[in-house]
Amino acid sequence: MSFLELKDLRIHFPTDDGLVKSVDGLSFTLERGRTLGIVGESGSGKSVTSLGILGLHKGGRARISGEIWLDGEELVGASQEHVRTLRGKKMAMIFQDPLSAMHPFYTVGDQIIEAYRIHNDVSKKVARKHAIDMLGRVGIPQPARRVDSYPHEFSGGMRQRAMIAMALSCDPELLIADEPTTALDVTVQAQILDLMRDLQRDFDAALIVITHDLGVVAELSDDILVMYGGKCVEYGTSDDIFERPEHPYTWGLLGSMPRLDREPTERLMPIKGSPPSLINVPSGCAFHPRCAFEERTAGLAKVEVPELRETEGGHLVRCHLPAERRRAIWRNEIKPNLEAS
Amino acid sequence: MNEEPLLSVQGLEKHFPVTKGLLQRQVGAVRAVDGISFDVRKGETLGLVGESGCGKTTTGRLITRLIEPSAGKIVYAGQDITHMSQGRLRPLRRDVQMIFQDPYSSLNPRHTVGAIVGAPFRIQGIKTEQGTKKAVQGILELVGLNPEHYNRYPHEFSGGQRQRIGIARTLALKPKLIIADEPVSALDVSIQAQVVNLLEDLQGELDLTYVVIAHDLSVVRHISDRVAVMYLGKIVEIADRKGLYESPMHPYTNALLSAVPIPDPKRRKERERIRLQGDVPSPLNPPPACRFHTRCWKAQEICTQVEPPLETLAPGHQVACHFPENAPGLAGGLADGVSGGAASAGAVPAGTDPA
Ligand SMILES: Nc1ncnc2c1ncn2[C@@H]1O[C@H](COP(=O)(O)OP(=O)(O)OP(=O)(O)O)[C@@H](O)[C@H]1O
Ligand SMILES: Nc1ncnc2c1ncn2[C@@H]1O[C@H](COP(=O)(O)OP(=O)(O)OP(=O)(O)O)[C@@H](O)[C@H]1O
Ligand code: SF4
Ligand code: SF4
Ligand SMILES: [Mg+2]
Ligand SMILES: [Mg+2]
Repeated sequence: MSFLELKDLRIHFPTDDGLVKSVDGLSFTLERGRTLGIVGESGSGKSVTSLGILGLHKGGRARISGEIWLDGEELVGASQEHVRTLRGKKMAMIFQDPLSAMHPFYTVGDQIIEAYRIHNDVSKKVARKHAIDMLGRVGIPQPARRVDSYPHEFSGGMRQRAMIAMALSCDPELLIADEPTTALDVTVQAQILDLMRDLQRDFDAALIVITHDLGVVAELSDDILVMYGGKCVEYGTSDDIFERPEHPYTWGLLGSMPRLDREPTERLMPIKGSPPSLINVPSGCAFHPRCAFEERTAGLAKVEVPELRETEGGHLVRCHLPAERRRAIWRNEIKPNLEAS
Repeated sequence: MNEEPLLSVQGLEKHFPVTKGLLQRQVGAVRAVDGISFDVRKGETLGLVGESGCGKTTTGRLITRLIEPSAGKIVYAGQDITHMSQGRLRPLRRDVQMIFQDPYSSLNPRHTVGAIVGAPFRIQGIKTEQGTKKAVQGILELVGLNPEHYNRYPHEFSGGQRQRIGIARTLALKPKLIIADEPVSALDVSIQAQVVNLLEDLQGELDLTYVVIAHDLSVVRHISDRVAVMYLGKIVEIADRKGLYESPMHPYTNALLSAVPIPDPKRRKERERIRLQGDVPSPLNPPPACRFHTRCWKAQEICTQVEPPLETLAPGHQVACHFPENAPGLAGGLADGVSGGAASAGAVPAGTDPA
């Protein structure tokens, strides 16, 4: 059994406007020591998924179904109290905005000490030493002095480091990073990405990185899951997704992005329209109103939801087009346009 | 080449006073923009890049005269507009327009799209209601919105559509120069590409000149003819696109470019990276002389004592650095000649305080 396995996870929110199907049948597996990147546009369900794994929707109004298996234990059916005991030690999360995740009135050190002592029966003094160690490991200068600073006394990059130190302080086996660098400047982002890569190697944790930035995903991930409208539309290794993508939405993401490693092309190739409503999800393939290849499925895409099917060696695609057709389109129509003109 | 620039900025400064206590005594100043000079030629796109807080937005607001400069000069179409009165400025106001970063907060939620985009026509009082509607619908079409959206409200639109509404409003004034402050950074990638293409199309159709402010170096490369790099209120390098991206001379520009994550898993092993230590220092108390010396791996004694002037080192390529990279004819010769006290904070290993 895999270290982490999601089976047909659904997380729906009843609202005044209707039922929001934020996550709608998501399945994937992840092993220790591997990094999964989850990409998708705003509102595609990335954060709801990660909060779901951590059990943070429990007790709210969310309707959750499906299964989440973590190291042999099922979490959807587990009690709120039980899942709470797993947070911190078994699994931890790095949020996009460190200020909202840290308490403004306590020093950074006290927050790490407290998190550590929940799971480890040690004296304050030992925990403090551990906190200083952790701050040093994530590259905070003069950690023995900085341990007594308040979050607002840190710069953005230092706060993000401190939060990573806090998340790692109990040596979690699963670490979820939700847009860990989106709020940071590019030079600081590069520092944090390096740090996360090093730490993952040292700690041998399973890492999920959530982002809308394909560059960040390419830097960190072994495997990549592309989400659209609450569903996985493509899953594969980094090479599958960047070298031989087969889903029209993935092609769209790649064509939308100006890239520093290529000649500046004359025009970008945007995806038309805008992301789908999660209340009135388009019929059939949720991507069909924006898809340039919809006509080639002979009307099927409008009425029938395509299944996520394996195309080759663990590479999964949710599209009605036959695999050979998709590969031909990628080779002949998409790829040549992405390469420099 | 010797055609007069559409916009010329000379030694522009903006210092925001920092006050303290009941008496609001001034205790210091944020040197948000600290003596920058550049020209923008008619019909071109100048990209302005740099990390958060380096003074990009402040520069944009100075050019559009939304705030008063502390020093320096702004010349638009041959006229010095630095301290021009609001009355005399009015006809020029329409010429120079700003597109704002946030498509959500910059539109009045209680006004329809027709009212928002049509306001300039009504203020000018030139058109009848019918005429205004027609003109507005024309502009909506131009930016790729449905003319039937005339009576809808901003909340009924997606982020990309709202950014288009903002662009339509700006175009209604028939501007000549548009300062676009992070026009796509709040948008999803797929929508970003729509707006970038739109800006490019409009430039051709309406003969517009752009200053595009952004922190995304890939987007800036895509749309700019020339690019200026800012660090802590200063321009450290300015060059045409090719020069800046292919042979960047300032160490900071080199570091910025090598920090951009590349969406190609193969490249992550091959790429040689420059990793800067620490964060950008505070503009309240910027480092003396070269402001980049606290993070620069090439810094020498002289960098902490003498501010490097912005000098032309190749045709159309200006750099402010004592030891530039890729400089023709210099090839590191200068660096070898100076034996400095190796104040190279960039070389200090992680875990030591670069400050
Ligand atoms: N508590 C809630 N009640 C109702 N709807 C919710 C709730 N939380 C999230 N949603 C909706 O679920 C959808 C998915 O949200 P989610 O935060 O997972 O998006 P995301 O992929 O993380 O996007 P972003 O890139 O903008 O962070 C959105 O449409 C959001 O409005
Ligand atoms: N009205 C103001 N009063 C005081 N300080 C200000 C004011 N406006 C801006 N600043 C400061 O001036 C500096 C430059 O700000 P500016 O908004 O121009 O940066 P920016 O380059 O646009 O950054 P970002 O990429 O984050 O938008 C910052 O340190 C900012 O805090
Ligand atoms: S099923 Fe049809 S509409 Fe959906 S992605 Fe495939 S081709 Fe496009
Ligand atoms: S080499 Fe010296 S002058 Fe040039 S950027 Fe570095 S510190 Fe500044
Ligand atoms: Mg999110
Ligand atoms: Mg700004």
